[in-house]
Amino acid sequence: MLEVRLYVLQRLTAAIMAPMVIVHLATILYATRAELTAASILARVQSSPWLVVFYTAFVVMVAIHAPLGLRKILIEWGRLRMSAANMISLVLFVVFLGMGLRGVWALTGGAG
Amino acid sequence: MITRQRLTLSYMAFILHRLSGIGLVCFLPFHFLTLGLGLEGEAALDHMLAYTEQPLIKAGELILVILFSLHLLLGIRVLIIEWMPWPDRADGHYYGGLRAGWIFGGVAIALILGWIFIDGVMT
Repeated sequence: MLEVRLYVLQRLTAAIMAPMVIVHLATILYATRAELTAASILARVQSSPWLVVFYTAFVVMVAIHAPLGLRKILIEWGRLRMSAANMISLVLFVVFLGMGLRGVWALTGGAG
Repeated sequence: MITRQRLTLSYMAFILHRLSGIGLVCFLPFHFLTLGLGLEGEAALDHMLAYTEQPLIKAGELILVILFSLHLLLGIRVLIIEWMPWPDRADGHYYGGLRAGWIFGGVAIALILGWIFIDGVMT
């Protein structure tokens, strides 16, 4: 049952993230043609409160999606026991979530 | 009809999707750490941006853009195959599970986006 739930979660986060990734890719390609300085990045990210919501949601989704994908690989290719793979992906979820939210905070609320 | 050629293509898409995912996971902590430099002020971020101007780093970024695009497009293919209804073909052949066009199109688009990225960097 856990396996089914994690599979649905993996696909659900993928479906939610797909349009976000398109926006992120477009931003990357735009940024290479625009002035790329800390000030311009901070100004862009802080230009709308919706961008904070967008990047926060993006971080939450990727913090779920990436460890779940790695979990499958660790089990299928790494021959890891399921309990070990579960533990690693859980730790990665917490680490990615913490680091990602810190990054969003750094560019939005906490920029010095 | 399932042929060896179709299985190979499908497996290739599976491998590309996985390897691109592994590459992106490895990059993620560094990306988050870089964003976190904002806490130390604009100067720290600008210092990092200047560091990333090196050709080797730009080459790495190019690979990341390609991997990111590839993972997105091959991931959409997986979602389509698993969640969308299977098409009925008049000739009764089994076409639903491959989406070869997505694989070739995905690789092509990823490379084009990589080219657009590097073109933007060079100009």
